[in-house]
Amino acid sequence: MKAEGGRMKEKAGTACRSWLRARRESLRQLFILHPSSFILRAVLIATAMFAGMLSSAVYADRVPKPVIEAAQGEKCVESTDFMRRHHMELLMHQRDETVHKGIRARKYSLNGCIECHASRKNDSVIGTDQNFCQSCHSYVAVKLDCFECHASKPKALAAGAGGVQVLTGQAAK
Amino acid sequence: MSGPDHSQDQPEAVSRRQFIGWGAAAVAGIMIAPGVTLFDLAHGRPAGEAASGKVRWGMLIDTSQCSAGCNDCVTACNTENHLSGGIRETDSQWIRKMELKDQRGGKTHSLPMMCQHCEHPPCVDVCPTGASFKRADGIVLVDRHICIGCRYCMMACPYKARSFVHEEVTGQNPDVPRGKGCVESCTLCAHRIDRDQKPACVEACAAAGRNAIIFGDLNDPQSEISKRIATYATTQVRADLALNTAVRYQGI
Repeated sequence: MKAEGGRMKEKAGTACRSWLRARRESLRQLFILHPSSFILRAVLIATAMFAGMLSSAVYADRVPKPVIEAAQGEKCVESTDFMRRHHMELLMHQRDETVHKGIRARKYSLNGCIECHASRKNDSVIGTDQNFCQSCHSYVAVKLDCFECHASKPKALAAGAGGVQVLTGQAAK
Repeated sequence: MSGPDHSQDQPEAVSRRQFIGWGAAAVAGIMIAPGVTLFDLAHGRPAGEAASGKVRWGMLIDTSQCSAGCNDCVTACNTENHLSGGIRETDSQWIRKMELKDQRGGKTHSLPMMCQHCEHPPCVDVCPTGASFKRADGIVLVDRHICIGCRYCMMACPYKARSFVHEEVTGQNPDVPRGKGCVESCTLCAHRIDRDQKPACVEACAAAGRNAIIFGDLNDPQSEISKRIATYATTQVRADLALNTAVRYQGI
Protein backbone atom coordinates (compact mmCIF):
# COMPACT_ATOMS: atom_id res chain seq x y z
CA MET A 1 0.00 0.00 0.00
CA LYS A 2 2.71 2.34 0.97
CA ALA A 3 4.66 1.87 -2.26
CA GLU A 4 1.50 2.44 -4.37
CA GLY A 5 0.65 5.69 -2.57
CA GLY A 6 4.15 7.02 -3.25
CA ARG A 7 3.88 6.23 -6.91
CA MET A 8 0.52 8.03 -7.18
CA LYS A 9 1.96 11.16 -5.56
CA GLU A 10 4.84 11.10 -7.99
CA LYS A 11 2.44 10.88 -10.92
CA ALA A 12 0.40 13.84 -9.74
CA GLY A 13 3.58 15.91 -9.25
CA THR A 14 4.77 15.21 -12.80
CA ALA A 15 1.40 16.19 -14.27
CA CYS A 16 1.40 19.45 -12.32
CA ARG A 17 4.92 20.39 -13.44
CA SER A 18 4.19 19.70 -17.10
CA TRP A 19 1.02 21.84 -16.95
CA LEU A 20 2.95 24.76 -15.49
CA ARG A 21 5.66 24.42 -18.11
CA ALA A 22 3.06 24.52 -20.89
CA ARG A 23 1.43 27.62 -19.44
CA ARG A 24 4.75 29.45 -19.11
CA GLU A 25 5.56 28.56 -22.69
CA SER A 26 2.30 29.96 -24.01
CA LEU A 27 2.83 33.22 -22.16
CA ARG A 28 6.33 33.53 -23.58
CA GLN A 29 4.89 32.91 -27.06
CA LEU A 30 2.39 35.66 -26.56
CA PHE A 31 4.88 38.30 -25.44
CA ILE A 32 7.97 37.50 -27.37
CA LEU A 33 6.98 36.00 -30.65
CA HIS A 34 3.73 37.77 -31.35
CA PRO A 35 4.34 40.76 -33.65
CA SER A 36 2.18 43.05 -31.53
CA SER A 37 4.32 42.34 -28.40
CA PHE A 38 7.01 44.80 -29.56
CA ILE A 39 4.52 47.61 -29.80
CA LEU A 40 3.06 46.64 -26.46
CA ARG A 41 6.50 46.73 -24.79
CA ALA A 42 7.41 50.07 -26.33
CA VAL A 43 4.17 51.58 -25.06
CA LEU A 44 4.75 50.16 -21.59
CA ILE A 45 8.34 51.51 -21.38
CA ALA A 46 7.35 54.96 -22.63
CA THR A 47 4.56 55.20 -20.08
CA ALA A 48 6.88 54.18 -17.27
CA MET A 49 9.49 56.76 -18.29
CA PHE A 50 6.94 59.53 -18.52
CA ALA A 51 5.52 58.65 -15.12
CA GLY A 52 9.03 58.63 -13.65
CA MET A 53 9.85 62.05 -15.02
CA LEU A 54 6.57 63.43 -13.85
CA SER A 55 6.99 62.11 -10.33
CA SER A 56 10.64 63.30 -10.01
CA ALA A 57 9.60 66.77 -11.16
CA VAL A 58 6.88 66.84 -8.54
CA TYR A 59 8.94 65.36 -5.71
CA ALA A 60 12.04 67.54 -6.32
CA ASP A 61 10.11 70.40 -4.83
CA ARG A 62 8.46 68.34 -2.15
CA VAL A 63 11.61 66.84 -0.59
CA PRO A 64 13.33 69.46 1.56
CA LYS A 65 17.07 69.80 1.15
CA PRO A 66 19.50 71.78 3.30
CA VAL A 67 19.95 75.35 2.09
CA ILE A 68 23.65 76.12 2.29
CA GLU A 69 25.06 79.59 1.89
CA ALA A 70 28.08 79.70 -0.42
CA ALA A 71 31.46 80.07 1.30
CA GLN A 72 33.43 83.28 1.02
CA GLY A 73 36.70 81.64 0.01
CA GLU A 74 37.54 80.55 -3.50
CA LYS A 75 38.16 76.86 -2.91
CA CYS A 76 37.87 74.46 -0.02
CA VAL A 77 40.90 72.60 1.31
CA GLU A 78 39.54 69.36 -0.18
CA SER A 79 36.84 68.43 -2.68
CA THR A 80 33.22 68.91 -1.66
CA ASP A 81 32.47 65.17 -1.71
CA PHE A 82 35.49 64.42 0.46
CA MET A 83 34.61 67.15 2.92
CA ARG A 84 31.00 65.96 3.20
CA ARG A 85 32.14 62.50 4.20
CA HIS A 86 35.33 63.19 6.11
CA HIS A 87 35.25 66.70 7.64
CA MET A 88 34.66 65.26 11.11
CA GLU A 89 37.74 63.06 10.85
CA LEU A 90 39.91 65.96 9.72
CA LEU A 91 38.64 68.09 12.59
CA MET A 92 39.10 65.34 15.16
CA HIS A 93 42.68 64.75 14.04
CA GLN A 94 43.51 68.44 13.97
CA ARG A 95 42.02 69.00 17.41
CA ASP A 96 44.39 66.47 19.02
CA GLU A 97 47.34 67.83 17.11
CA THR A 98 46.56 71.34 18.31
CA VAL A 99 45.67 70.65 21.93
CA HIS A 100 48.38 68.12 22.71
CA LYS A 101 51.21 69.10 20.37
CA GLY A 102 50.55 72.77 19.81
CA ILE A 103 50.40 72.39 16.03
CA ARG A 104 48.29 75.25 14.80
CA ALA A 105 48.48 74.71 11.05
CA ARG A 106 45.37 76.32 9.63
CA LYS A 107 44.60 73.97 6.77
CA TYR A 108 42.19 71.65 8.62
CA SER A 109 41.51 73.81 11.67
CA LEU A 110 37.99 74.63 12.81
CA ASN A 111 38.94 78.30 12.84
CA GLY A 112 39.98 77.92 9.21
CA CYS A 113 36.53 76.50 8.34
CA ILE A 114 34.77 79.33 10.15
CA GLU A 115 36.84 81.99 8.37
CA CYS A 116 35.40 80.96 5.00
CA HIS A 117 32.02 79.55 5.92
CA ALA A 118 30.69 82.20 8.30
CA SER A 119 27.47 83.63 6.88
CA ARG A 120 27.47 87.13 5.48
CA LYS A 121 24.23 87.74 7.34
CA ASN A 122 25.18 86.99 10.93
CA ASP A 123 28.94 86.33 10.58
CA SER A 124 28.47 82.88 12.06
CA VAL A 125 28.34 79.24 11.03
CA ILE A 126 25.39 78.57 13.34
CA GLY A 127 22.27 80.45 14.38
CA THR A 128 19.74 79.69 11.65
CA ASP A 129 19.08 76.70 9.41
CA GLN A 130 20.73 78.60 6.55
CA ASN A 131 24.05 78.81 8.39
CA PHE A 132 26.72 76.50 7.03
CA CYS A 133 27.24 74.01 9.87
CA GLN A 134 23.73 74.10 11.26
CA SER A 135 21.95 73.64 7.92
CA CYS A 136 23.26 70.13 7.30
CA HIS A 137 23.48 69.08 10.92
CA SER A 138 19.86 69.91 11.60
CA TYR A 139 18.86 68.27 8.30
CA VAL A 140 20.48 64.97 9.22
CA ALA A 141 19.69 65.37 12.95
CA VAL A 142 23.31 65.06 14.11
CA LYS A 143 24.01 67.00 17.28
CA LEU A 144 26.55 69.76 16.79
CA ASP A 145 28.28 70.54 20.07
CA CYS A 146 31.53 72.13 18.84
CA PHE A 147 30.14 75.57 19.48
CA GLU A 148 29.34 75.04 23.13
CA CYS A 149 33.03 75.84 23.64
CA HIS A 150 34.34 77.06 20.28
CA ALA A 151 33.58 80.49 18.90
CA SER A 152 31.24 80.31 15.92
CA LYS A 153 32.49 83.57 14.45
CA PRO A 154 35.80 84.45 12.78
CA LYS A 155 38.43 86.02 15.00
CA ALA A 156 38.05 89.60 13.85
CA LEU A 157 34.33 89.52 14.61
CA ALA A 158 34.26 87.42 17.78
CA ALA A 159 33.46 89.45 20.86
CA GLY A 160 36.14 89.49 23.49
CA ALA A 161 38.94 88.48 21.15
CA GLY A 162 42.16 89.84 22.50
CA GLY A 163 43.06 91.96 19.54
CA VAL A 164 42.19 91.83 15.90
CA GLN A 165 44.48 89.71 13.83
CA VAL A 166 44.30 89.19 10.12
CA LEU A 167 44.27 85.46 9.46
CA THR A 168 45.23 84.58 6.00
CA GLY A 169 46.11 81.62 4.39
CA GLN A 170 46.62 78.05 4.14
CA ALA A 171 42.88 77.63 4.50
CA ALA A 172 42.28 79.13 1.06
CA LYS A 173 45.18 77.15 -0.40
CA MET B 1 93.83 100.69 -14.47
CA SER B 2 94.72 100.46 -10.82
CA GLY B 3 93.06 98.50 -8.00
CA PRO B 4 89.73 99.48 -6.49
CA ASP B 5 89.57 103.00 -5.17
CA HIS B 6 89.34 102.83 -1.36
CA SER B 7 89.12 106.56 -0.83
CA GLN B 8 85.40 106.40 -1.59
CA ASP B 9 84.77 103.48 0.82
CA GLN B 10 86.62 104.96 3.73
CA PRO B 11 83.95 107.27 5.18
CA GLU B 12 81.31 104.56 4.83
CA ALA B 13 83.49 102.03 6.66
CA VAL B 14 83.89 104.45 9.52
CA SER B 15 80.20 105.15 9.74
CA ARG B 16 79.44 101.42 9.78
CA ARG B 17 81.83 100.94 12.67
CA GLN B 18 80.25 103.89 14.39
CA PHE B 19 76.86 102.32 13.89
CA ILE B 20 78.00 99.03 15.45
CA GLY B 21 79.29 101.04 18.39
CA TRP B 22 75.89 102.63 18.89
CA GLY B 23 74.28 99.18 18.67
CA ALA B 24 76.58 97.89 21.41
CA ALA B 25 75.71 100.90 23.55
CA ALA B 26 72.00 100.23 23.01
CA VAL B 27 72.40 96.57 24.03
CA ALA B 28 74.33 97.63 27.13
CA GLY B 29 71.51 100.07 27.91
CA ILE B 30 68.89 97.35 28.18
CA MET B 31 71.11 95.12 30.28
CA ILE B 32 69.82 94.96 33.80
CA ALA B 33 72.87 93.23 35.25
CA PRO B 34 75.92 91.65 33.61
CA GLY B 35 74.59 89.03 31.26
CA VAL B 36 70.96 89.85 32.08
CA THR B 37 69.10 91.72 29.35
CA LEU B 38 65.56 92.93 29.23
CA PHE B 39 64.64 91.19 26.00
CA ASP B 40 64.93 87.56 25.16
CA LEU B 41 65.63 86.13 21.74
CA ALA B 42 62.57 84.67 20.06
CA HIS B 43 62.16 80.93 19.73
CA GLY B 44 60.74 80.49 16.27
CA ARG B 45 58.75 77.31 15.67
CA PRO B 46 56.98 76.64 12.36
CA ALA B 47 53.19 76.31 12.56
CA GLY B 48 53.26 72.67 11.49
CA GLU B 49 55.83 71.56 14.05
CA ALA B 50 54.99 70.00 17.42
CA ALA B 51 55.99 71.62 20.72
CA SER B 52 59.47 70.44 21.62
CA GLY B 53 60.59 68.73 24.81
CA LYS B 54 63.87 70.61 24.55
CA VAL B 55 62.07 73.75 25.65
CA ARG B 56 60.54 74.34 29.05
CA TRP B 57 58.53 77.51 29.25
CA GLY B 58 58.54 79.33 32.56
CA MET B 59 58.04 82.63 34.27
CA LEU B 60 59.95 84.57 36.84
CA ILE B 61 57.97 87.08 38.87
CA ASP B 62 59.99 89.87 40.43
CA THR B 63 57.87 90.89 43.41
CA SER B 64 59.95 94.02 43.97
CA GLN B 65 58.60 95.34 40.66
CA CYS B 66 55.01 94.21 41.27
CA SER B 67 52.78 96.90 42.74
CA ALA B 68 49.89 96.33 45.15
CA GLY B 69 47.51 98.59 43.23
CA CYS B 70 48.25 97.15 39.80
CA ASN B 71 45.89 94.60 38.29
CA ASP B 72 47.03 94.80 34.68
CA CYS B 73 48.09 91.16 34.34
CA VAL B 74 44.69 89.96 35.59
CA THR B 75 42.82 92.28 33.24
CA ALA B 76 44.96 91.24 30.28
CA CYS B 77 44.35 87.57 31.08
CA ASN B 78 40.60 88.13 31.33
CA THR B 79 40.53 89.95 28.00
CA GLU B 80 42.73 87.47 26.16
CA ASN B 81 40.92 84.39 27.42
CA HIS B 82 37.44 85.92 27.58
CA LEU B 83 36.95 85.44 31.32
CA SER B 84 34.18 87.35 33.04
CA GLY B 85 36.55 89.03 35.48
CA GLY B 86 34.27 88.17 38.41
CA ILE B 87 35.81 86.95 41.66
CA ARG B 88 32.94 84.88 43.04
CA GLU B 89 33.60 81.25 43.83
CA THR B 90 31.82 80.27 40.64
CA ASP B 91 33.81 82.62 38.41
CA SER B 92 36.87 81.40 36.56
CA GLN B 93 40.08 83.02 37.72
CA TRP B 94 43.20 81.99 35.86
CA ILE B 95 45.40 84.52 37.62
CA ARG B 96 44.92 86.29 40.95
CA LYS B 97 46.76 89.15 42.62
CA MET B 98 47.81 88.30 46.19
CA GLU B 99 48.99 90.57 48.97
CA LEU B 100 51.42 88.97 51.43
CA LYS B 101 52.58 90.48 54.71
CA ASP B 102 55.43 89.42 56.94
CA GLN B 103 53.68 89.27 60.32
CA ARG B 104 56.79 90.27 62.28
CA GLY B 105 58.64 92.66 60.02
CA GLY B 106 55.57 94.17 58.38
CA LYS B 107 57.06 93.94 54.88
CA THR B 108 54.33 93.52 52.27
CA HIS B 109 54.58 91.83 48.90
CA SER B 110 52.23 91.84 45.99
CA LEU B 111 52.36 89.07 43.44
CA PRO B 112 50.28 87.32 40.80
CA MET B 113 49.45 83.66 41.48
CA MET B 114 48.40 81.29 38.74
CA CYS B 115 49.00 77.73 37.51
CA GLN B 116 52.65 77.05 38.34
CA HIS B 117 53.08 74.60 35.43
CA CYS B 118 54.74 71.97 37.60
CA GLU B 119 57.17 69.43 36.21
CA HIS B 120 55.32 66.81 38.29
CA PRO B 121 51.77 68.16 38.27
CA PRO B 122 49.40 66.64 40.87
CA CYS B 123 46.42 67.56 38.67
CA VAL B 124 47.73 65.24 35.96
CA ASP B 125 48.32 62.46 38.50
CA VAL B 126 44.74 62.46 39.73
CA CYS B 127 42.89 63.00 36.46
CA PRO B 128 40.75 59.90 35.83
CA THR B 129 40.25 60.51 32.10
CA GLY B 130 43.63 61.76 30.93
CA ALA B 131 42.22 65.21 30.19
CA SER B 132 44.82 66.90 32.40
CA PHE B 133 48.17 66.63 30.71
CA LYS B 134 51.56 68.24 30.39
CA ARG B 135 52.64 69.33 26.95
CA ALA B 136 56.16 68.49 25.76
CA ASP B 137 57.31 72.05 26.44
CA GLY B 138 56.13 71.90 30.06
CA ILE B 139 52.76 73.66 29.77
CA VAL B 140 50.09 71.98 31.90
CA LEU B 141 46.74 71.97 30.12
CA VAL B 142 43.23 70.53 30.18
CA ASP B 143 41.95 68.81 27.04
CA ARG B 144 38.33 69.93 27.22
CA HIS B 145 37.29 67.31 24.71
CA ILE B 146 38.17 64.67 27.31
CA CYS B 147 37.43 66.51 30.59
CA ILE B 148 34.28 65.28 32.31
CA GLY B 149 34.29 68.01 34.94
CA CYS B 150 34.88 65.78 37.96
CA ARG B 151 37.10 68.44 39.58
CA TYR B 152 39.59 66.03 41.17
CA CYS B 153 42.37 68.20 39.76
CA MET B 154 40.98 71.23 41.55
CA MET B 155 41.24 69.31 44.81
CA ALA B 156 44.77 68.13 44.02
CA CYS B 157 46.24 71.50 43.04
CA PRO B 158 48.16 73.07 45.97
CA TYR B 159 47.91 76.51 44.34
CA LYS B 160 44.12 76.66 43.86
CA ALA B 161 44.92 77.44 40.28
CA ARG B 162 42.05 75.66 38.58
CA SER B 163 38.48 76.82 38.04
CA PHE B 164 35.34 75.05 36.94
CA VAL B 165 33.11 76.66 34.33
CA HIS B 166 29.67 76.73 35.91
CA GLU B 167 27.76 78.64 33.28
CA GLU B 168 27.43 78.68 29.53
CA VAL B 169 29.97 80.83 27.74
CA THR B 170 29.42 82.83 24.56
CA GLY B 171 31.64 85.09 22.48
CA GLN B 172 34.87 83.22 23.20
CA ASN B 173 38.21 84.10 21.68
CA PRO B 174 38.44 81.66 18.71
CA ASP B 175 41.93 80.70 19.92
CA VAL B 176 40.72 79.94 23.45
CA PRO B 177 37.65 77.70 23.34
CA ARG B 178 35.99 77.35 26.74
CA GLY B 179 32.58 76.21 27.89
CA LYS B 180 30.38 74.96 30.66
CA GLY B 181 31.24 71.72 32.43
CA CYS B 182 35.03 71.69 32.15
CA VAL B 183 37.88 72.55 34.45
CA GLU B 184 40.31 75.16 33.20
CA SER B 185 43.34 77.12 34.28
CA CYS B 186 46.16 79.30 33.02
CA THR B 187 47.42 77.87 29.71
CA LEU B 188 50.52 80.08 29.77
CA CYS B 189 48.75 81.50 26.69
CA ALA B 190 49.79 78.39 24.73
CA HIS B 191 48.01 79.76 21.65
CA ARG B 192 50.24 82.84 21.76
CA ILE B 193 53.41 80.88 22.52
CA ASP B 194 52.69 78.69 19.48
CA ARG B 195 52.72 81.89 17.42
CA ASP B 196 55.93 83.06 18.99
CA GLN B 197 54.26 85.67 21.16
CA LYS B 198 54.55 86.13 24.92
CA PRO B 199 51.68 85.46 27.32
CA ALA B 200 49.15 88.28 27.64
CA CYS B 201 50.01 88.99 31.30
CA VAL B 202 53.71 89.36 30.49
CA GLU B 203 52.98 91.81 27.71
CA ALA B 204 50.59 93.80 29.89
CA CYS B 205 53.13 93.99 32.72
CA ALA B 206 55.78 95.23 30.30
CA ALA B 207 53.33 97.70 28.78
CA ALA B 208 52.68 99.09 32.27
CA GLY B 209 56.43 99.69 32.54
CA ARG B 210 57.00 97.22 35.37
CA ASN B 211 58.49 94.17 33.70
CA ALA B 212 57.76 92.20 36.86
CA ILE B 213 57.02 89.03 34.86
CA ILE B 214 59.83 87.57 32.80
CA PHE B 215 58.87 84.82 30.38
CA GLY B 216 61.26 82.43 28.67
CA ASP B 217 62.81 79.03 28.22
CA LEU B 218 64.12 77.53 31.47
CA ASN B 219 66.14 74.94 29.54
CA ASP B 220 68.09 77.51 27.57
CA PRO B 221 71.01 78.80 29.68
CA GLN B 222 71.24 81.85 27.42
CA SER B 223 67.62 82.91 27.98
CA GLU B 224 67.01 85.90 30.18
CA ILE B 225 64.96 83.92 32.68
CA SER B 226 67.72 81.31 33.09
CA LYS B 227 70.35 84.01 33.55
CA ARG B 228 68.26 85.72 36.18
CA ILE B 229 67.64 82.47 38.03
CA ALA B 230 71.37 81.81 37.89
CA THR B 231 72.12 85.32 39.17
CA TYR B 232 69.48 85.98 41.82
CA ALA B 233 67.88 83.97 44.60
CA THR B 234 64.46 82.81 43.41
CA THR B 235 61.76 80.80 45.16
CA GLN B 236 59.28 78.14 44.15
CA VAL B 237 56.05 78.40 46.09
CA ARG B 238 55.58 75.26 48.21
CA ALA B 239 59.00 74.02 47.15
CA ASP B 240 58.59 71.36 49.86
CA LEU B 241 56.19 69.50 47.56
CA ALA B 242 59.04 69.00 45.07
CA LEU B 243 56.80 69.72 42.09
CA ASN B 244 59.51 71.77 40.35
CA THR B 245 57.29 74.63 39.26
CA ALA B 246 57.96 76.58 36.09
CA VAL B 247 56.75 79.79 37.72
CA ARG B 248 59.30 81.22 40.13
CA TYR B 249 59.26 84.23 42.40
CA GLN B 250 62.03 86.65 43.21
CA GLY B 251 62.01 88.69 46.41
CA ILE B 252 59.64 86.72 48.63
